[in-house]
Amino acid sequence: MNHSYVLAAGTNTDEVARETIFWILCFASIGAALAMILVRRAVHCAMMLAVVMLALATMYAMQGAPFLAFVQIIVYTGAVLMLFLFVIMLIGISSADSVTETIKGQRMAAGLVAIGFFVILILGVGHAALGPATRPTAANGTNNLSGLATLIFTTYVFPFEVTGALLITAALGAMVLAHRERTAPRPTQRQLAARRLESGHMAPDPSPGVYALHDAADRPALLPDGTTSELSVSTVLAPRGVAEEPPSVPPQKEPEAITAESGHEPAPSGRADT
Amino acid sequence: MSPVHYVSLAVILFVIGAVGVLVRRNAIVIFMCVELMLNACNLAFVAFASMHGNLDGQVIAFFVMVVAAAEVVVGLAILMAIYRARRSASVDDANLLKY
Repeated sequence: MNHSYVLAAGTNTDEVARETIFWILCFASIGAALAMILVRRAVHCAMMLAVVMLALATMYAMQGAPFLAFVQIIVYTGAVLMLFLFVIMLIGISSADSVTETIKGQRMAAGLVAIGFFVILILGVGHAALGPATRPTAANGTNNLSGLATLIFTTYVFPFEVTGALLITAALGAMVLAHRERTAPRPTQRQLAARRLESGHMAPDPSPGVYALHDAADRPALLPDGTTSELSVSTVLAPRGVAEEPPSVPPQKEPEAITAESGHEPAPSGRADT
Repeated sequence: MSPVHYVSLAVILFVIGAVGVLVRRNAIVIFMCVELMLNACNLAFVAFASMHGNLDGQVIAFFVMVVAAAEVVVGLAILMAIYRARRSASVDDANLLKY
């Protein structure tokens, strides 16, 4: 520990502070990783993963890898995690995991395997002769960034170019996989109009929250007779348990009460008893 | 901190990620756990680089990041295709090869 160094990251702190930071980050990342496999919703899982990634980025900076620290934040936390959140948003309600065990005893077996795996890895780390951190040699360049650039464009130039090919292939693959062939011809405007006439509901769906006590997307709109309109609430909200099922205003309620509680201007057609 | 601490933390994170891959049923969450494992590997690489005093480990970690980004792009596209076909992101529902 005596020869450890901090390179170019701007964190020229002393040893005690670095140990403190390490242990805080250590417990934060382990706790977040455990929470990742324990929380049910995929969005919370992504947030926990962000905590782990940011903690690891700080650790890279502490270990003299400022370039990797910033790549970690920009590429991982910025791009990759946003991509995850985007797909969670597209996939929507089914992103909550079911807690039922489909294979009997799978969790117990997974825990046992993990413990065995952990013991093997820790034994390997313990047996390996891991020395203290050493100062970078002069052959690695004057600082982290130019040293990395020298390595990437000299020793590792072929893997670097292969990486370029890989990225192009990945982009093509994503385009091919995300592309969907249209199986039916695109309906014309006339067909769309005929379909709308057949449905018996020609106007657009009413907006949620109109004339209700709360102007929110999960509250159904009030119809002129005081009942609520199921059409006004998005159908994905009900299975998620977000939408308020009971009508926000009882049908027989006085219109004065509505205006007093809602606090905004009622339109004349929204009165309950007229 | 000595590299042993960092490598031990990497081991712990890797095992937690492996448990997540084994236990969880949602394909997106499984994917995130794979990312956690890759991050743990990167941490070990950076620790080894600082132990040896050269930058080769950091270059390898950089390549791991690039490959992980490509993997995420293709994996999430596959996930979207499966979701469109089967209306579910659960790995239990993708069982067409089973029967």
